[in-house]
Formats: sequence, structure tokens, C-alpha cells
Amino acid sequence: MTDLVHASPRHPTPEFPDRIDLQLVAEMIEPGARVLDIGCGDGQLLLLLETTRGVDGRGIELSQAGVNECVAKGLAVVQGDADHDLVDYPANAFDYVVLSQTLQATYDPRGVLEHLLRIGRRAVVSFPNFAYWRLRWQILFRGRMPVSSHLPCTWYETPNIHFCTIRDFVALVDEIGATVVRSVTLDGSGNRLPANLPLPLRNTLGEQAVFLLERGQKGKG
Amino acid sequence: MNEVVTSLTAAARQLEAPDSAVLKLAPEDCLEFEAGARLGGLSIAYQTYGELNAAKSNAILVCHALTGDQHVANVHPVTGKPGWWQILVGPGKPVDTDRFFVICANVLGGCMGSTGPASINPETGEPWGLDFPLVTIRDMVSAQARLVDHLGIDTLFAVIGGSMGGMQVLQWAASYPERVFAAVPIATAARHSSQNIAFHEVGRQAVMADPEWCGGRYLTKGCRPTKGLAVARMAAHITYLSDPALHRKFGRNLQDREQFTFGFDADFQIESYLRHQGMSFVDRFDANSYLYLTRAMDYFDLAAEADGKLANVFMGTKSRFCVVSFTSDWLFPTEENRKIVHALNASGARVSFVEVESDKGHDAFLLNEPVMFDAISGFLDGAWRVRSGA
Repeated sequence: MTDLVHASPRHPTPEFPDRIDLQLVAEMIEPGARVLDIGCGDGQLLLLLETTRGVDGRGIELSQAGVNECVAKGLAVVQGDADHDLVDYPANAFDYVVLSQTLQATYDPRGVLEHLLRIGRRAVVSFPNFAYWRLRWQILFRGRMPVSSHLPCTWYETPNIHFCTIRDFVALVDEIGATVVRSVTLDGSGNRLPANLPLPLRNTLGEQAVFLLERGQKGKG
Repeated sequence: MNEVVTSLTAAARQLEAPDSAVLKLAPEDCLEFEAGARLGGLSIAYQTYGELNAAKSNAILVCHALTGDQHVANVHPVTGKPGWWQILVGPGKPVDTDRFFVICANVLGGCMGSTGPASINPETGEPWGLDFPLVTIRDMVSAQARLVDHLGIDTLFAVIGGSMGGMQVLQWAASYPERVFAAVPIATAARHSSQNIAFHEVGRQAVMADPEWCGGRYLTKGCRPTKGLAVARMAAHITYLSDPALHRKFGRNLQDREQFTFGFDADFQIESYLRHQGMSFVDRFDANSYLYLTRAMDYFDLAAEADGKLANVFMGTKSRFCVVSFTSDWLFPTEENRKIVHALNASGARVSFVEVESDKGHDAFLLNEPVMFDAISGFLDGAWRVRSGA
């Protein structure tokens, strides 16, 4: 069962074929920072970050093939997964911890999120929005669990066991006392929605979201 | 019988005139043993493969395991068999001798030309036996560092080894972080487990229970504890394999017979195999060396140097690491290797970790494991690009 995260999007699986979020994630990271990428797949993001932003990067990846690809690229990647291995990382070890399109595939998203902000000063989290209008439409009118080009797996084979909406995510961030520094929502074509769009609208029109979070110290951020 | 005599002579010859290059330290150049002794004039027998580049930046030190030796990638002078890691080290291999200068030295305490309990004690003119000071993994690494100095190499591009070799890799990274650009500890541990100490103790007791061991003075008395050493090797060999691997290879198959003999002959193929392993081992290995080297592994506990905090051992290291473990290795299980990875992560080191799916047990690190090869060659390629600024 631990290979839930294994099907994280940067594997050559049909899940999440478009990776515009990588660029978005990269933009949220300060040059030269220490970055941990969880579920780093074949190392695309780490390589992007190391080559374009001079970060000191580390990765965690469950699949042996993914780890080997990363290691062959000269990246420092450890075999493991978000649910089991974050506990072994010391607090404040990184400036940024990245979790791309993987939160919904973890057993304990809340625990994982808390670990991200313990290990890193900041966390970058991207996830598919289950309240996207096309998905709502499928449930409302077809009465079936949504399947889309972005989420191509049927309910019985999907690794995504903890889907959430943008509003759910914001509520969880609030619950664990973290702060949203920035967020970007992408529509079905991968275009950014206007940042000033009200949350209910972003939650309807957005297909995926990228959040930059910070530990919540009251009165900060 | 003649064959046995020939290989025994060849084995004995390795002690004084090994089929290897030998670095002979000056009598006044003393090595401080962790156990307190100071010995000068030590010999370090070693093999090299490939060419050291002008910048002396392409050297890889291979560290051998308990019963291995410096003959990594050439025909073994005693057994006539291929080098123990010839599958990994050689032209075009993952540790590519067309690009890298590979060094492997017989460990201190060994019996293939480096000074050990079978060497002659210059003060008595007789073999050291148990008068030889206890050797630790750190002592082995100190001796290797003398060799690396002698070869004019400041920083090793990589240090690679499995099992006891992996312990030396970790010790290198801990003792000489600035001299190790990349480290590949394979199927190893930062400390020897209680279970592993227990297995070693069984082996040592088997040797010492052999009357031919003569309190360790068998070389002086002209006898050899072959039975005890063979039993030690048989017991140890089981720990290097796995139940599925044994079952696949031998099952319950009988050896050259149709039915049980209803006696204690080697009815089963596995018995015959183990007896063969035991007997061929004694032809090439010194019993006291076996005691010393197993003890060195038992004493190994890298974190003890840093109040039990392994992460502190590696704090601030610039070396990059690639840790490899095997799923069916129950001697140095993935868990032990992960502890190393966690410590390295906690210390902020650049570490990669691969757990290779294999049913071949601990011995997998010596065998054809393409996933391990890919990981090692990929890691070395990546590290070399950084090292050479390419």
C-alpha cells in the first residue's frame, strides 16, 4: 500500500500529464535555498531548481526507477515516502519543502503537512482541486466519480485517496496554524486565474492550485 | 591433494611475498592502534587498476569485506578465480578503470600481504599470533590513508565498499571528510548489531575450539585449525545468503544419491556445498586473521565517537553519499542502512539511497545486480561531472 505516492505525477504515468505546476513551484523558491522535494519522481523539478536557481536540493522518491534516474542525474535522492519517512528528518533542515501533486495520495495529509512545516521554514504544496466545475458536473449529472484527462484513474484504482478542494485545503492550513504566503490557481487549460478572484470562484474554476505556506506565527506573514 | 598443497604454498607466500605491490612503512613510521599499540614498519599490500590522472583527482579506493582481499579485478593468485568484484570494477564497468584509478589494499590484520597476526613479529622472528594488537576499522582506514598519501593522492574521488568494506567507507568519511569526495557504503551498518556479534562469536569459538589452533600459536607449532575455521566459514556463509536463495539453488536436493544414507554423510546438496565452502576457505585464509577481522567489525560503532549521535559524526561534511541496501539482506538489513541515511540527512549531507530488490541476501552486493550497477555508475557519473567541473 505504500506505493500510493509511487503514482505521484512526475512518473511516466498518465496521471497529471501537464506539469506547468513545476514552473510555478520553481518561481516560489528563493535562489540558493535548501530544498527538499518529496515524491521527486525522475528529478525534473530538482534539476530545474539546481540548474536555474542554484538551490541545494534533496529528494525523496518511492520508486526504485525514479531514484536511480535521479541518482544518475547527480541528484541526491533517497528512497522513501511522505507517509513514513518525514518523521526522520530533523526540524528546520530545509528552507523549502516541496510536495507536488502528492498530498492527496498520502494516508495522513494533515500529518504530512505538519511535517513539511516542521522540516522546512516554508512549504510549497500543489494539488488537484476536487471542486473544479467539470468534476462537480460529473458527480452532479452523471452520478459517477469524476474521471478526466488530468485525473484519469477510476475510483477503484486511483492512488489518490484523500482528495480535497481548495477551500478544504485553506481550512486545513488554518487549522494547523500555518499561513498562506502566496497561492496560484490554474484553470483547465493551465492558465493562471487572476489572483484577486474570490475564493469561491477560484474553487470552482481552478483545476489545480499551488500554495506557498509558512509556519504560522501570529502577526507574521 | 597436490592442488591443496599448491594453494597452501601460494597462500603462505602471500604473507611474505604477495603477488601485489607492497607499501612498506619505515620502522620509525608508527601507526597508532586504537587498542593502544604503536607499530612501525607495517606492510600494506595493494592492487591498482587504470591510470591516475595528472591532477590526481580520479582515484577510487575500494574497501574489501571480511574475507575479501586486494584482488578486486584480477585473477586471484591463490584460488585462480576471477577478482571478487570483477563484475563491478574494470574497463567499461560501473567503476570504470578506463576513467578511474582504482586502488584496493589488503586490510591491516589481513593475510594477503598486509601486516597481520600471521606476519612475522620482528622482535621474536616468529609469527605474531595473538600478540598482534587488536585491529579496528579505524586502524584499517589509517593504514589505507598512509597508502593514499604514498600514492600522492590528496582527495579520493570515491571510496566504495560493501559489508566490512562499507564500514571502512563510513570511517573514511568520518575520519577524513575533506579527503573523500564521494562515498558509497553498500550493505553495511554504522555499528555491528548484537546478532552479528553473536554470529561472529560462534565462528571464533569454532576456531578456538579446534585443538590445532594451539592457543593461536599454530603457525609456530606447524599445525592449522582447518576444521574450526571451516565450521566458522560454514556458519558465516549461511548468513550471507537468504532462505529463498538457498531454496532456489539447493532445495532439499540430494547430493549424488537417490536416497538418504540414514547417517551423517552430506546427503543434501546444501551440506555438500557448505562443506566445500568451508574447506576451500581454509586454503586461503589465516584463522587468526579471521578472529581479528571479525573482532574489528564487532567493535565498530561509529556513533560512539560522537556520544551516540551518528548525525554529529558527519556534521558539515562536503562529501556526497550513495547508500545501497538489499531487500533480502538479513545480516545488514535495509533498516541498518537507513539509519546511516537518516544520520546523513540530519547532518545535511548530500545523500542518495537505493534499496535493491533481490532475494540473494547479503552476498547480493558481490553479484550481478543491474539496479545496483545503475545506481553506482549513475552516482559516480553525476559526482564526476561535479568533480571535474564538466
